[in-house]
Amino acid sequence: MTRLRSFGFWSLVVAILTYMTLPTLVVLMTSVNPTEILAFPPEGVSFAWYEKALTYPDFQSAFKNGLIVTSLASTAALIVGSAFAWLVYRYSFRGRGVLEAVLWSPLIIPHFTLGFGFLLLGGAFKLQQGYAMIVLAHMVLVMPFVTRAVYVSLAAIDPDLARAAANLGASPFHVLTRIELPLVLPGMAGGWLIAAVLSLTEFTASLYVTGSRTQTLPVAMYNYIREYADPTVSAVSAMLIITTTLIMFIADRAFGLRRVLAIDTH
Amino acid sequence: MNATSPAPAAVELVRVRKEFGSAVGVADVSLKIGQGEFLTLLGPSGCGKSTLLGMIAGFLTPTAGKIVVDGVDITDVEPYRRDIGMVFQSYALFPHMNVFDNIAFGLRMRKLPKADIAVEVRRAIAMMKLEGFEERRVSQLSGGQRQRVALARAIVIRPKVLLLDEPLSALDKNLRAQMQVELSELHRKTGLTTIFVTHDQGEALSLSDRIVVMNRGEVQQVAAPVELYRTPANGFVASFIGEINALPVARYERAGAEAALVLPGAGRLSAAAPAHWDFTHGVEVRAFLRPEHVRPARPGEQGPNILRGVVAAHIYQGSHTITRVEMEGLGLIETRVTGADIVGTHPVGAPIALVFDLGEAVLLAAR
Ligand SMILES: Nc1ncnc2c1ncn2[C@@H]1O[C@H](COP(=O)(O)OP(=O)(O)OP(=O)(O)O)[C@@H](O)[C@H]1O
Ligand SMILES: [Mg+2]
Repeated sequence: MTRLRSFGFWSLVVAILTYMTLPTLVVLMTSVNPTEILAFPPEGVSFAWYEKALTYPDFQSAFKNGLIVTSLASTAALIVGSAFAWLVYRYSFRGRGVLEAVLWSPLIIPHFTLGFGFLLLGGAFKLQQGYAMIVLAHMVLVMPFVTRAVYVSLAAIDPDLARAAANLGASPFHVLTRIELPLVLPGMAGGWLIAAVLSLTEFTASLYVTGSRTQTLPVAMYNYIREYADPTVSAVSAMLIITTTLIMFIADRAFGLRRVLAIDTH
Repeated sequence: MNATSPAPAAVELVRVRKEFGSAVGVADVSLKIGQGEFLTLLGPSGCGKSTLLGMIAGFLTPTAGKIVVDGVDITDVEPYRRDIGMVFQSYALFPHMNVFDNIAFGLRMRKLPKADIAVEVRRAIAMMKLEGFEERRVSQLSGGQRQRVALARAIVIRPKVLLLDEPLSALDKNLRAQMQVELSELHRKTGLTTIFVTHDQGEALSLSDRIVVMNRGEVQQVAAPVELYRTPANGFVASFIGEINALPVARYERAGAEAALVLPGAGRLSAAAPAHWDFTHGVEVRAFLRPEHVRPARPGEQGPNILRGVVAAHIYQGSHTITRVEMEGLGLIETRVTGADIVGTHPVGAPIALVFDLGEAVLLAAR
């Protein structure tokens, strides 16, 4: 009985995993196809497309753009989001609910709408297709995730710790710098990483706010595939996935990402 | 400090009150706590003990009233300027610091020179028997060790008052007993004015100079342990401290030096009236009598204050046995006898005669 049940359980797990990873696997497999078509299943193994991906100037500049946008947007989102999470955690004030709703709104509003909105705004302020607009758009998109990560780790701090610190003579400033900040640092690092990954791979909104000079990697991939149908984009995808996985793995090791994302209770 | 002047109270609470919305957490509590005293706040869960401590520590602002420490009104002083040490029920040790840094935290906040900090911390570590644990993370400590770190961290700043909020409740029974001893020793060595919170009456009786019994935010009685046990001020205190038999409402009769209780349908108990029994003849009173003041009659014993009943249960407790006796008109009465012989001589269901030592009873005017 238990064996049957465990067989059923594992079948289900395998089925879900397959379903979730199949599209990715297909893309990854086409990336090693030696011929110039995006065929599945692949007809052999070749790394020629990886070489092309790495040397293609549009991808090179798009990757660089992506890094600039991502690092600025995630860092800005981290600063603003952490401050906000702290305010919500520490104080109750009028309008807190409204502020919270506005902050969560990027989860509900389609990226398409946001991107379009920023495009119109950019036009109005003569900022269209510039880095500033892209960074602002990305910052808004990733903010809920950063705030959430920081808030969760703040809320996990025993409120008696701040009291104990105050009781021992720590001013509110010292409570913040000596107790709350160190304890929330893993949460901030985790939040930043999630933001970075989301920003690095964001496509829909980016399509509106980037220009040919400032396009990020997903936009460059989209533009590429509109003209050519060879497996280069598959290779780029593969490299992007491997890079993110590596970053996540290292982050988990360094900061206990699982705990930050509340995947693990301990 | 000056032996000739009367010692000022270390802590004085003047009609301190705390309301949470419409609920009253602490109702107009006035108290004076002497220099070096070990005072316990005792009461059932939710009676306002932590709320009162929170106001003394400064985490909560009183709705009304005034808190004076060493002659200075600190009601509006921020918690971090109060110099009041506190041990939390959860210990609240800083998880990102080791034992040494936890203990040193208060001294660092006071900007003491590094060398002095090291000396003071080492002294606290020695006092709490924590040598060798300096570099340990808090998560690598046992419950008892955490408790000692929390104590060391609170005393190292030489607070004006030490507040302990149920510090022993998270420990198992043996460790509790051991920590009780250590707490008393610590108090003796440091001479710190200490306010200790517990809902465990045994702990309160064994540790305190004085006990404040609270219920529903109000002080019921302030007294030394022995006095509290012997002469509880009201029914709540009588039944909260130790085991006690509540006798039904009875008529009080007085004839010269002798006082008597006329129990409804169950006879009469009499005694030479203690001086504080100043009830008028004929009033109704409630009487409370501890199990150790009720004893089984010897075979063939005659005399006053002997009432009959039937054994309902024995509760064997090692050194003594609590026997419950069903008595007509009185309900269940507990008697406490040494050893376990009574289990054999008076099995459950057997008739038994009990002698009531009425002179030890607590009498309160019936409302
Ligand atoms: N922040 C608060 N808001 C509303 N009511 C509160 C708050 N804090 C305490 N109370 C109420 O005040 C009363 C006293 O609470 P308090 O925590 O002081 O009790 P306690 O004696 O410490 O109990 P315990 O032994 O369970 O710790 C309780 O009825 C509680 O529900
Ligand atoms: Mg409490």
